[in-house]
Amino acid sequence: MRIGVYVCECGKNISATVDVERVVDYAKSLPNVAASRVYKYMCADPGQELIKKDIEELKLDKVIVAACSPRMHEPTFRAVIEDKGLNPYTLEIVNIREQVSWVHDDKKKGTKKAQSLVKSSVMRSALMEPLDRKKVGVTHKALVIGAGIAGIQAALDIAGSGYQVTLVEKSSSIGGKMAQLDKTFPTLDCSACILSPKMVDVGRNPNITLIANAEVEQVDGYVGNFKVKIKKKPRYVIEDKCTMCDDCVPVCPVIVHDEYNENLSPRKAIYIAFPQAIPASYIINPDDCLGIDPLICSKCKDVCGPEAIDFDMKPEIIDDEFGAIVVATGFETYAIENLGEYGAGNIPDVITGLEFERLISPGGPSTGDIRRPSDGKLVKKVVFIHCAGSRDPAKHLPYCSKICCMYSTKQALMFKHEVRDGTAVNFYIDIRTGGKDYEEFYQRAAEEAKVVYIRGKVSELIQDGNEILVKGVNTLTAETVELHADLVVLATGIIPSQGTKDIASVLRLSLGINGFIKEAHPKLKPVETSITGVFVAGCATGPKDIPETVSQAGRAAVRACNIIAQDEIEVEATIAHVDEILCRGCGICVETCPYSAITMIDTKRFGNTYKVASVNEALCKGCGSCAAACLNGAINQFGFEDKQILAMIQALGEE
Amino acid sequence: MSYDYIEFGQTEKEFTSKIEEISGQNIFSCYQCGKCSAGCAFSNLMERTINQTIQLVQLGQKDKVLESNTHWVCASCMTCTVRCPREIDVAAIMEAIREYTLRYEAETIERLDLPEDLLKKIPNIALVGGFRKKSEL
Repeated sequence: MRIGVYVCECGKNISATVDVERVVDYAKSLPNVAASRVYKYMCADPGQELIKKDIEELKLDKVIVAACSPRMHEPTFRAVIEDKGLNPYTLEIVNIREQVSWVHDDKKKGTKKAQSLVKSSVMRSALMEPLDRKKVGVTHKALVIGAGIAGIQAALDIAGSGYQVTLVEKSSSIGGKMAQLDKTFPTLDCSACILSPKMVDVGRNPNITLIANAEVEQVDGYVGNFKVKIKKKPRYVIEDKCTMCDDCVPVCPVIVHDEYNENLSPRKAIYIAFPQAIPASYIINPDDCLGIDPLICSKCKDVCGPEAIDFDMKPEIIDDEFGAIVVATGFETYAIENLGEYGAGNIPDVITGLEFERLISPGGPSTGDIRRPSDGKLVKKVVFIHCAGSRDPAKHLPYCSKICCMYSTKQALMFKHEVRDGTAVNFYIDIRTGGKDYEEFYQRAAEEAKVVYIRGKVSELIQDGNEILVKGVNTLTAETVELHADLVVLATGIIPSQGTKDIASVLRLSLGINGFIKEAHPKLKPVETSITGVFVAGCATGPKDIPETVSQAGRAAVRACNIIAQDEIEVEATIAHVDEILCRGCGICVETCPYSAITMIDTKRFGNTYKVASVNEALCKGCGSCAAACLNGAINQFGFEDKQILAMIQALGEE
Repeated sequence: MSYDYIEFGQTEKEFTSKIEEISGQNIFSCYQCGKCSAGCAFSNLMERTINQTIQLVQLGQKDKVLESNTHWVCASCMTCTVRCPREIDVAAIMEAIREYTLRYEAETIERLDLPEDLLKKIPNIALVGGFRKKSEL
C-alpha cells in the first residue's frame, strides 16, 4: 500500500488558516504514506501533473487530496488518477477549505483539525476498494411539465434538437401566465403577439406531443428511464372535430367566473380559455356543467354541427417512458386576502397586477377601457402599491419578487398612454430595474409619461364614498401623505404555484425555504435539481422575468438533451448492497429509502424461503440512509463501507 | 396623526408645468438620488433639501415649495446642475421657483404711494426692480 497525500493552499483560502507545511509533515508520519506534498493550486495543471508524476515514479496506489469540497473537484482528481491507471473510486478528498479554513479563525486549531482529518482519511484510504462504473440504457425522449412560456420554450428547444418531447399542461390551453398579460416590459411588445407564434409552433411541431388538461400523477424510475403516469382529464369536446364556431356558447345556460380574465368577467360552462388557445378546441368544465348528461342538458351537443361533443369521454391514464424531465410549473401571485391593511380583497376597486393586465387588455372584461370593477367608471387616478406582501419577512414574503417594480412601471405607463390626462402614482420602497433596458424604461415612464413615484409604504386603504383613500408616507419629504384614487393596483409578489408543490412531491424534489424548487447549485447549476435527469426552468425555482425564463428553458432543454442524446449513461457507483445472510427481512430500509430503490424479494436458503431486501442499482442514489437504518448491519454502501467509516472515527478518536 | 393631502388637481398640475416651462427642465426626470442636496454648499441652511423641493414640485405642492427658504438660499453656484446624473439643470429650477414667486406675488410697492419728487429722482429700472423684488421694506 502506497498512499500519496496532496495538500492544496488554494491561494490564501486554505494557507491563511491552516499551516499547510505542518499538515504535509504530519502526513508523512502516517502509515502507508509514501509521498506528501503541498502546492499552491492543486487543481491547476502543474498540481495535477505533480500527482500523475508521483503515481508513476513512486508507484502510488491510493491518492488523497486535501483541498476544497469534493463537490468542486472530486471529478477533476478522479480523472487525474484514472489517467494513470488507478481506479477513480479509490480517490479520497479531505475538505480542509469549507470545513476548516473558511469556518475557523485560529490557525493553530485549524492546522490541528486539518491534520486530524487527513489522518482519518489515510486510515480510510487504506481500506478503499476499486468500484465499477455501472451503465444503463436511455429512452431518447423528454417530458416537459407545465406549458407556460418556460415549458413551451423548453419543449420547442428539445424538439428543435430532433428529439421527441411530450408537453403536459394542467389547464385547457398552453400559454400560462404570459397569455394573460397585455404588454411586456421593457419594449411594450404585445404579449399575445410574441407568445402565440410559439404556441402555434408547439401545436404544429411533429416532435412535440401536447397533452393539455392533464397532470403527471406518478413518476418512477431514474435518469434515462423515468416511468411516468399522466392523467388526462376528459375535455368532452373532440379536439379534432371542434371547428371553434362558437355555436355552443350562446345556448349554454351556465354562467361562471372566467379564470382567464381573473374572474372579472363571466364565461359559460363550455368555453375556450382565450381566442388563441392551443389546443384550438372548446372544453366543457365538468364542475360547471349541469351534469355532463344528455338527460339533464344537452343544449351544446344539440347545436354542435360537427358533432364534436362527447359526453362519454372518460379520464385517460397515459403510461410512458422518458429519459429526462423538465419541470416548468410556474408561479401564482400572493393572495390579496392576506393583506388586511389593503382591504383583504373586500374593496372592489383594489385589484392585483394580474387583474389590471386583464382590465387594460383589449381582449379583457372591459375591452381595453380602464374601468373600475365596482361601478364601471373610467379610471382617472390610479395608485400602484409596490411590494404588496413582498420584502416583509415578519408577516408576508421575505423575498423580493423581482418583477413587480417593472410590471407596475409598465402598467402605469400603459395607463398614461390610454388616459392622457390621468394620474398614475407609484408607492415604492426601492425601484429595482436589474435587466437590460429596464432602467431606461423606468426613466421613460417618469420622464415621458410623467408617472409619479413616491418613496414609501402605504399604510392603509379605506373605501371613502366611491373613491379609495390611500394613506401612506413620503419618506423623501418625511411627511405622512394621503390621497384619493379611483383604482388601486397591488403589485402582489410571486409565490410557488400549486403545480410546483404537487410535482415536487411526485418527483421528490427538494424545496427551498420559500417553497420554490431548490437548484443543485444557485449559480452554476441553476436548472439542475437534486434528482439527476430532472431539470427545472422558469418561476418554479423563484421569481423571474420573461427573458430569464426563456434563457433558463433553453439551458434546461440542452441539459435534457445531454441525457437523451446518449445511448447509455453512467449511474452512481457508490450504491447500497445487501448481505442476504445478515438481512432479517424487517423492511425498515424500504421505508427509509427516499428513492424507492429497495424492495423485499424472496430468496431460498437451505430449502426455506426468506424475505430479504434487494437494491435496484439504477434507482439507488447512494444517500446511505438504508445503511444507517439497517439494524443488522446487512446493508452497506460501496465506497462508504462500515469498516472504512469506523476506521475514520477511530482515527479521530485517538487525537 | 395628520396626513398631508396630495390633490393631483388642475392647480397642482399648473404649478408643476409652470416651473417646467420657466426652467425649461423636465421635473419628472428627477429620480430622487439626492446628489444635488449632497453637494450643495448651503444644504445645512435650507429648510428643505433640494431633492425634497423637487419632489414637491413633482407633486404640485406649491405652498410647501414657496414657504421654504430653499430657493432663496440657493446661490446659483451650479454645482447641482453640473453633478446631476439625469442632466437636470437644478439651479435653473431653483431660479424658476424664485421667478415664479416674483411673478405671482402681490407687488410690495404701490406706485401711487410713492412721493412725486422721489418718482422723478429714481431711474426707471430701479422702480421696476423695486416692484418685482421681494422686499421687506
